[in-house]
Amino acid sequence: MLRINSALLEEIIANVEHFSDECCGFLFGHDMYGDRTLTKTMVAKNVTQGERHREFEIAPLDYLKAERFAEQNNLALVGIYHSHPNCPAIPSERDRLCAQPYLSYIIVSVMNNKFADIRSWRLNADFQFEEEKINN
Amino acid sequence: MATVFIPTPLRKFTNNTAKVEAEGNNVSEVVKALTNSYPELKRHLVNADGRIPSFINIFVGDDDIRSLQQEQTPVKENSQISIVPAIAGGKPVSKL
Repeated sequence: MLRINSALLEEIIANVEHFSDECCGFLFGHDMYGDRTLTKTMVAKNVTQGERHREFEIAPLDYLKAERFAEQNNLALVGIYHSHPNCPAIPSERDRLCAQPYLSYIIVSVMNNKFADIRSWRLNADFQFEEEKINN
Repeated sequence: MATVFIPTPLRKFTNNTAKVEAEGNNVSEVVKALTNSYPELKRHLVNADGRIPSFINIFVGDDDIRSLQQEQTPVKENSQISIVPAIAGGKPVSKL
């Protein structure tokens, strides 16, 4: 389960809602045996060299800084969020192939620049995504 | 020995330890020592050709080894090495 309070949920949505390009960021919080609580989000720059309206990539140094931020603030880097403009909040095959174990992957569906849906996913032992329930 | 920072997604293979020590004169040797100590890391850090896969970035300090001497980048006793997984994705090609 992934617990997100309404303020953080609104923050994530506000960071992606009005953009036709894919937006992304980091999720920080605490993990108790897989039961996660988000306490902070951080916007990341989408640095993909591909088509930004359907791809995202986070610069390795930005990821490293996010890990350092988590360590310095006694938090866990528990996941990544990104948007799917005009597509459902379901991971694509590219999402799956690029995904890392452990991390929660929040996907926000944005239809015509309006929030439509938010869902979270995690890789299982077979490297397939399984939905993770979001509670607030 | 150099200190190696293990990223969150790979810590389950290092007994949930974020920083481990590994010996080596260059990045290649450090990765080899690391995977000898933690064999489950090998599938994530070494490809079939014995090289570091493209979806893994290695930093020495704040420098990506791709901008240095790649896997032959020298490592000192006090070097801080970080393993950084590529973070990327994207929506399906077809639109709703």
